[in-house]
Amino acid sequence: MLRDITIGQFFPGNSIIHRLDPRFKIVITLLFIVMLFSGGTLLCLGIGAVYTFTAIFLSRIPLKMFLKSIKPLLPFLIITAMLNLFLVSSGELLWQWKFLKITDEGLNISIFMIIRIVLLIMGSSLLTYTTSPITLTDAIERLLSPLRKLKFPVHELAMMMSIALRFIPTLIEETDKIISAQKARGAEIDTGSFINRARNLVSILVPLFISAFRRADELATAMECRCYNGGSGRTRLRQLKSAPRDYAALAVTILFLAAVIAAGKLLR
Amino acid sequence: MAILETEELTYTYSEGTPFEKTAVDHVSLSIEEGEMIGVMGHTGSGKSTLIQHFNGLLKPASGRVLLDGRDIWADKEKIRDVRFQVGLVFQYPEYQIFEETVYKDIAFGPKNMGLDEAEIKRRVLETAHDIGISEELLERSPFELSGGQKRRVAIAGVMAMEPKVLILDEPTAGLDPAGRDKILQHIKNYHRRTKNTILIVSHSMEDIASFADRILVMSKAKLFCFDETVKVFSRAEEIEGIGLDVPQITRVFGVLKRRGLDFGKEVYTVGYAKELLLKALKEKGGLLNC
Amino acid sequence: MENIIEIENLHFSYASEDEKEAAPEVLKGIDLTIKSGEFVAVLGHNGSGKSTLAKHMNAILLPTSGKVTVDGIDTADEERIFELRQSAGMVFQNPDNQIVSSIVEEDVAFALENLGVPYEEMRRRVDEALKDVGMYEYRMHSPSQLSGGQKQRVAIAGIIAMCPKCIILDEPTAMLDPKGRKEVMATIKRMNREHGITIVLITHYMDEAAQCGRIVVMDKGRTVLDDVPEKVFSQVEKLKSIGLDVPQVTELVWELRKAGYDVPAEIITENDCVEAILKLFE
Repeated sequence: MLRDITIGQFFPGNSIIHRLDPRFKIVITLLFIVMLFSGGTLLCLGIGAVYTFTAIFLSRIPLKMFLKSIKPLLPFLIITAMLNLFLVSSGELLWQWKFLKITDEGLNISIFMIIRIVLLIMGSSLLTYTTSPITLTDAIERLLSPLRKLKFPVHELAMMMSIALRFIPTLIEETDKIISAQKARGAEIDTGSFINRARNLVSILVPLFISAFRRADELATAMECRCYNGGSGRTRLRQLKSAPRDYAALAVTILFLAAVIAAGKLLR
Repeated sequence: MAILETEELTYTYSEGTPFEKTAVDHVSLSIEEGEMIGVMGHTGSGKSTLIQHFNGLLKPASGRVLLDGRDIWADKEKIRDVRFQVGLVFQYPEYQIFEETVYKDIAFGPKNMGLDEAEIKRRVLETAHDIGISEELLERSPFELSGGQKRRVAIAGVMAMEPKVLILDEPTAGLDPAGRDKILQHIKNYHRRTKNTILIVSHSMEDIASFADRILVMSKAKLFCFDETVKVFSRAEEIEGIGLDVPQITRVFGVLKRRGLDFGKEVYTVGYAKELLLKALKEKGGLLNC
Repeated sequence: MENIIEIENLHFSYASEDEKEAAPEVLKGIDLTIKSGEFVAVLGHNGSGKSTLAKHMNAILLPTSGKVTVDGIDTADEERIFELRQSAGMVFQNPDNQIVSSIVEEDVAFALENLGVPYEEMRRRVDEALKDVGMYEYRMHSPSQLSGGQKQRVAIAGIIAMCPKCIILDEPTAMLDPKGRKEVMATIKRMNREHGITIVLITHYMDEAAQCGRIVVMDKGRTVLDDVPEKVFSQVEKLKSIGLDVPQVTELVWELRKAGYDVPAEIITENDCVEAILKLFE
């Protein structure tokens, strides 16, 4: 049931992609997104695809997992493609039925759109598949740390995120337990009429909230007892050290980005 | 007559994935009407998975669960009725309380059964009495009560459905000795009044020894044994072998037996131990008292 | 030996919302000293005030009147609160609600990170603490993959990484299964024996208290007994009257004595009980 949902799915491994510094990985992913949207020709997308699939291959995570990541977004993809297909009216007319028209430009744009989004999802999945959520949080904290000078609560934000990550499995397990307990008292949760179900939701949410507040309270005391005093003067066990391979990966990405831009400009 | 039976019940978690694990492995058993049964097994032995099959929260991968001789999964639509007939109280049940008043929370189950107000009221009052919740508490918010009281309210919520079979998963977990004795006593009261079948999961052999007619022991997803209390305790060493504790007093009498002092009986309560010893000492005659 | 914890005439009541009505006192004048290196159990039923007492030893609660000193620091001294919490660490009942990080070793490091311990030393202390509680192999695991007993051992490691002189454990085993309880008891006994850390174990399990060097029994906000386990448990009637258990062997011996047989009252182990019974039948 709920246990099957995995948020920020992470596949532990030891590939070169896994071992990259998470800070670099975030920056590289951002560059990758720019890459996908910079060129408008098929060749540009081809280069992007080569980049994506090489990275996936290097991560040693089965391609199947990436296809899975697209599945939930499939309806969205189809709708976007349809809209582009039928609403773009410029270009040569290919097919018409009553008010529905398909032009070559519309076809082009929708194919482009689909490939772009698929590559985008696959590429960003690679980031979460190869980086544990907690490492990711940590990297975000460090990348954003210059903002601290502007009084932006970087540490607090990161601490909140990492505590949320820590308690997601606990709360999922707890929700499962409460659902079972209320079902045992005859509550209709996955059967019955909509109104009944909505009413029974209360019997799950109330205990869940009460328990979450109790946990928060106890956790706060436990943190204080371990001398927590906000972000100032903290040292970290997790050391993020960049290695030559991180710079190499960044350089490769910039090269690809340059290639895409060049291909877009020159081969139009 | 058998009220609850399983036939070759098997259940596998995460089937078809690398995390596949058989939690219940071909378990066949039969529980008689009106029995008081103790269920034992350490964490991961499959006992929790097994009891969740008894009221249809889990569906067997293979095998059957019979209630009153009928397969509970024969008609999928009727599974909710099974949950009213086999009541299940989870561990730390006080965390499932959600209504504004104690009365409403106890009434939640009976209401879901579609009973009329008068019947609901009768049931709430009766179970509250059984479990030692006084009437003036009924209109209070359950969240104002003490931990032990909350636990009793939650148990009453299931009891009020008047299930033919009541299953309690570690009803005394985390309670102090007084709270534990109180809850067990209240469950016994309920049993005396309703004569319904009761299963209690517990880690404490001392507790189980104090109420159980029969003991069901699970180990490594299999039914290790299911027998009368005396007979189960006669296998004390085997029970310890699968990582469960036997009462201290049983261990003492085991050592005495090995040291040549055999009373020829299984001892698992202090009261019985005292009786045996005093009788034997009297027969021996060397009394130091008057 | 020096005193690590000194409690003088401690009274405590939760601040009442209604100013006119005085809140009932939870602690009614506790005097208690614990020596460095001791292994003390505080035994009492729910609501006896034992957890409230424990919270005073870590400045989570402050006395309404009276004084609590831990390692020479007055708990009311806000300036020295981190110093105090370093020398007296606290482990709580619910293993889930005291683990902060999603990775075991980072959780153990949490206190050291807060204290600004340099990396090299932090790494060494975290590894040592994990080895001490036997959780080193699990250092990269997520807490949700661990059993209750293992989580509690991680929580203990998080405390001993601070190198405390004293650990206060507030019913650390109440939510665990028998296996987890044994693991935790074995761990804290080893901390006491091998590292000389003072242990204050709050519990309502008499079998755990029986393994300690000294038992303080609490009832209604007062200490009612304070002695070695043998002496405490020999007070069978008194303990039963305040809702506590005694070991089965102690109870049996007490019953035999009541019937007029000459057996020693201070029996808390199975071996002693066997010997005493055998002697009766000689």
